[in-house]
Amino acid sequence: MNVSVSAPNSATIAASAVQLARGRKPHKLTAGRIGLYAFLITAAIFFLLPAYVMLMTSLKPMDEIRDGAIFAFPRTLTFEAWWAAWSSACTGLNCNGISVGFWNSIKILVPSVFFSIAAGALNGYAMSFWRVKGANLLFAALLLGAFIPYQVFMYPLVIMSAQIGVYNSIAGIVIVHTIFGMPLMTLLFRNYYAGLPVELFKAARIDGAGFWRIFFWVMLPMSTPIIIVAVILQVTGIWNDFMLGLIFAGRENQPMTVQLNNIVNSVTGERVYNLNMAATILTAAVPLLCYFLSGRWFVRGIAAGAIKG
Amino acid sequence: MQTSVAIKDLAIEFGAVKVIEKLDLDVGRGEFVVLLGPSGCGKSTLLNAIAGLIDIVDGEVWISDKNVTWSEPKDRGIGMVFQSYALYPQMSVRQNLSFGLKVAGLPRDETEKRVNKAAAMLQLDALLHRKPSELSGGQRQRVAIGRALVRNVDVFLFDEPLSNLDAKLRNELRVEIKRLHQELGNTMIYVTHDQIEALTLADRIAVMRKGVIEQFSTPHEIYHRPANTFIAGFIGSPTMNFIEGRLTESGSAMTFAGDHGVSFDVSRHPELASSGGRDVILGIRPEHMVLGESTDPDAYKAKGKVSVVEPMGADTVIWVDFAGGMRAIRMSGDPTVSAGDDVDFHFPPERVGFFDQQSGVRIG
Repeated sequence: MNVSVSAPNSATIAASAVQLARGRKPHKLTAGRIGLYAFLITAAIFFLLPAYVMLMTSLKPMDEIRDGAIFAFPRTLTFEAWWAAWSSACTGLNCNGISVGFWNSIKILVPSVFFSIAAGALNGYAMSFWRVKGANLLFAALLLGAFIPYQVFMYPLVIMSAQIGVYNSIAGIVIVHTIFGMPLMTLLFRNYYAGLPVELFKAARIDGAGFWRIFFWVMLPMSTPIIIVAVILQVTGIWNDFMLGLIFAGRENQPMTVQLNNIVNSVTGERVYNLNMAATILTAAVPLLCYFLSGRWFVRGIAAGAIKG
Repeated sequence: MQTSVAIKDLAIEFGAVKVIEKLDLDVGRGEFVVLLGPSGCGKSTLLNAIAGLIDIVDGEVWISDKNVTWSEPKDRGIGMVFQSYALYPQMSVRQNLSFGLKVAGLPRDETEKRVNKAAAMLQLDALLHRKPSELSGGQRQRVAIGRALVRNVDVFLFDEPLSNLDAKLRNELRVEIKRLHQELGNTMIYVTHDQIEALTLADRIAVMRKGVIEQFSTPHEIYHRPANTFIAGFIGSPTMNFIEGRLTESGSAMTFAGDHGVSFDVSRHPELASSGGRDVILGIRPEHMVLGESTDPDAYKAKGKVSVVEPMGADTVIWVDFAGGMRAIRMSGDPTVSAGDDVDFHFPPERVGFFDQQSGVRIG
């Protein structure tokens, strides 16, 4: 190869670069890309910083917290606040910790998630495949309900649940969660089933399967991705609920969020920041875990709606 | 011939859209009938109505001498194969085949027997434990056919079963379906927009357009004596050559006169008698046009300039500029002319069809 003695000018460099082009195009870090990363990192820090402060504070003894260095690492690491938050924090007169609320929340969560998803799946299935008379009208009404701020429904719902004798009970709060979950769940399943080939339904009908058999044997086994999405949405939504739990669950069954509020807001003497932080992290742990454990599935579920077959 | 499937005065509407208004169709026992037409002509809708999968507005559906107009799909004695296979994705091939029998509550050994028989017939034996996702397109469609087979029904309905397959598989499975029909002797109604499938498979073809059966006849009749210009143009590739012109009568002689001074003496067509002054279309298929001079005094002779030559291996299509348009001539073997050549060609009177220009209906 003949190496030029004179300094190559820019034109020849460009020309030779074009001639050398071969194989995979090299990635270049452009200004736009650097800006993008800078923005993403800033945004991540912005959201992670409070979480960091919470975690650090929860691991410090009160003496250290009083120093006011909120970003500092704990000098003496202690899990006392966590233990206290879980088992001995006081809400009003009861000092059994937030664990009571945790188990209440579980008792509310499991049946609520189950029934709301079951109702949504069934609604979506019926609307997508069976020509239900007035289905579109019903669906429109259901969605309209979802757009009305739900504080509006509280008083009538309280009266109604009291009338049928489920006010202040687990059953009452489960029914309320199921009702409020129905519009979104129905929409979710309806759209998912609308994406399945209708010929599958026709084939099952020719095979002699009826409403329930097609639902349980053909449609439900194909619904795993959308069920997972629905579970994620409902678990986080119902767990994070405060108002419905406060109003309908009754004093005995108050969910974790309500109890957390009681712990944090009961001002008798000094504010125990480390305990409050620990209790808050404990309460937020369930939806956080839900996202972390299902992240892959969550994306898959959303993608499943986009791809046919 | 006994009637297997009979449709009387069928009407179907989707909302305000009248898809089919008044349709009659009789399919004989053991007959292979193809519903052929462009997309949106109502052929699949008609098939779904026979299967009982859509509501009809008026009319009756009879299958095996029973009025099944209000019957559930499963009670009509039909099996159906869909374009998208519609296999239950989470079930194995065996479970797919036996699902309908299980629903019907058939004893296990009978179910087993029928599944194994269908599997043997369709060479699915080795695949029974697999899931549909582990099968190729052709295998999936064979399973779908098997699912119809195990039902031991009188009538098979096929809704474009080969349209999702590549050309090679389509040919293979087409032959397999024909073989199956010969073996089983069931009535088969087969929807397609593919004319080759229609011509090769059918005992009779019903050509549909806009919800109406335009012609219901044997493939030979449909191909050689199409009832109108729509059918003539829809079937055949390249499509039939249409030459517009006017009939003029002078004494006992009838002349067809087209653009660019084209003129044929068509006195030998008795059907055209007393049609003088009528605007007509002359139709002639590409394979009936012959290159070169003719010694036959009766042949219609013409000249034109070759504009495109398309060699297709076994034969060649030559596009000739004639009478104000491109006309296709099909010759067997390799091309003997090239673009730009002036060529003579001719075609025999008995191969020519005449259609009314206004209505498109065949007049001779």
